[in-house]
Amino acid sequence: MKADIRTPLGRVRGLGSARDGTGHFWRQRLTAASNVPLLLYFVVFLISVQGTGHAGLVAALQNPLNAIAMLLVVISAVVHMRIGMQVIIEDYVHAEGLKILLLMGNTFFAVFVGLALVFSILKIGFGG
Amino acid sequence: MVELTLPKNSKMTEGKVWPKPAGATNLREFRIYRWNPDDGANPRIDTFYVDVDDCGPMVLDGLIYIKNRIDPTLAFRRSCREGICGSCAMNIDGTNTLACTKGMADVTAGAVKIYPLPHMSVVKDIIPDLTNFYAQHRSIEPWLKTTTPAPQTEWLQSHADREKLDGLYECILCACCSTSCPSYWWNGDRYLGPAALLQAYRWLIDSRDEATGDRLDNLEDPFRLYRCHTIMNCAKACPKGLNPAKAIAEIKMMMVERRV
Repeated sequence: MKADIRTPLGRVRGLGSARDGTGHFWRQRLTAASNVPLLLYFVVFLISVQGTGHAGLVAALQNPLNAIAMLLVVISAVVHMRIGMQVIIEDYVHAEGLKILLLMGNTFFAVFVGLALVFSILKIGFGG
Repeated sequence: MVELTLPKNSKMTEGKVWPKPAGATNLREFRIYRWNPDDGANPRIDTFYVDVDDCGPMVLDGLIYIKNRIDPTLAFRRSCREGICGSCAMNIDGTNTLACTKGMADVTAGAVKIYPLPHMSVVKDIIPDLTNFYAQHRSIEPWLKTTTPAPQTEWLQSHADREKLDGLYECILCACCSTSCPSYWWNGDRYLGPAALLQAYRWLIDSRDEATGDRLDNLEDPFRLYRCHTIMNCAKACPKGLNPAKAIAEIKMMMVERRV
């Protein structure tokens, strides 16, 4: 431990409690639960369109139920991915500057991937 | 901080092999971590031989034998020698436990290997620095907090509410659980660790306590509480058979409960 003449209790109390984290915890459990049926659906969907070619896949995604379900898959999985990656970064990266950069990068990546997927599904769904 | 390799000055070297006790026929080999803050040398692993026929059955008995008969400079903490004070917590045969309740015979393969509790600063030999650990326990304010003036007699508690403290009050703060937790290794400066959180829960569910909300406020933090990812090393390590992971999960349930 580095030389530090603060009292141990002062060090432990530090900046105090963030009064936060439960929303994050709850969202992670919520998306974990929603991912179970959604990813099962996703696998079934992939099997069902196998061999139907590009036209078959487009036709399947133009069914509104499929498009909506696929949007849910994407949103649920990307939100879960972002939260999970954030936890890993907070666990293992301790340099404050690098940690902030990685947390920003994680958010940007998740938002970009999520929006790109949503845009693609909507484009196909609306017949683009 | 994540450290996958030991710092240069913490790398262990092969130490001294101490002579076998004369005339002994039934010997047990002990391999013990040694580090002296005064000599500037790297830690070393010393080898000792304990005469099992002239020694009690527990690992702590072996350590006392070594200190009395072979090397009086060997430094370790011990007090009650019956699993109630928590002083002799150390890493034996790869597991954090109490030397006084771990039998030498329980270590089946080869030498009895003894190291300090993992990822703590070492004071000397197998004595870890628990200053931060104790301060974390202090930070959860482990005492009854009430606003109502104290009654003339005891604070009353039903039998059912008293039973909720079973499995929690028995904690002896030996630090076996916290120092077995990777989250505590990497984030021990901000994560309170299983021992302090188990104690926090012990006061959270005490029916006589009136500060439950304040206690939850104090814990609701991505680091203080939510670094627990429920890998259960704590429950596996606890020499008293308690389950800190369950207590932490209950705290998280309370956090969710008060907002939904």
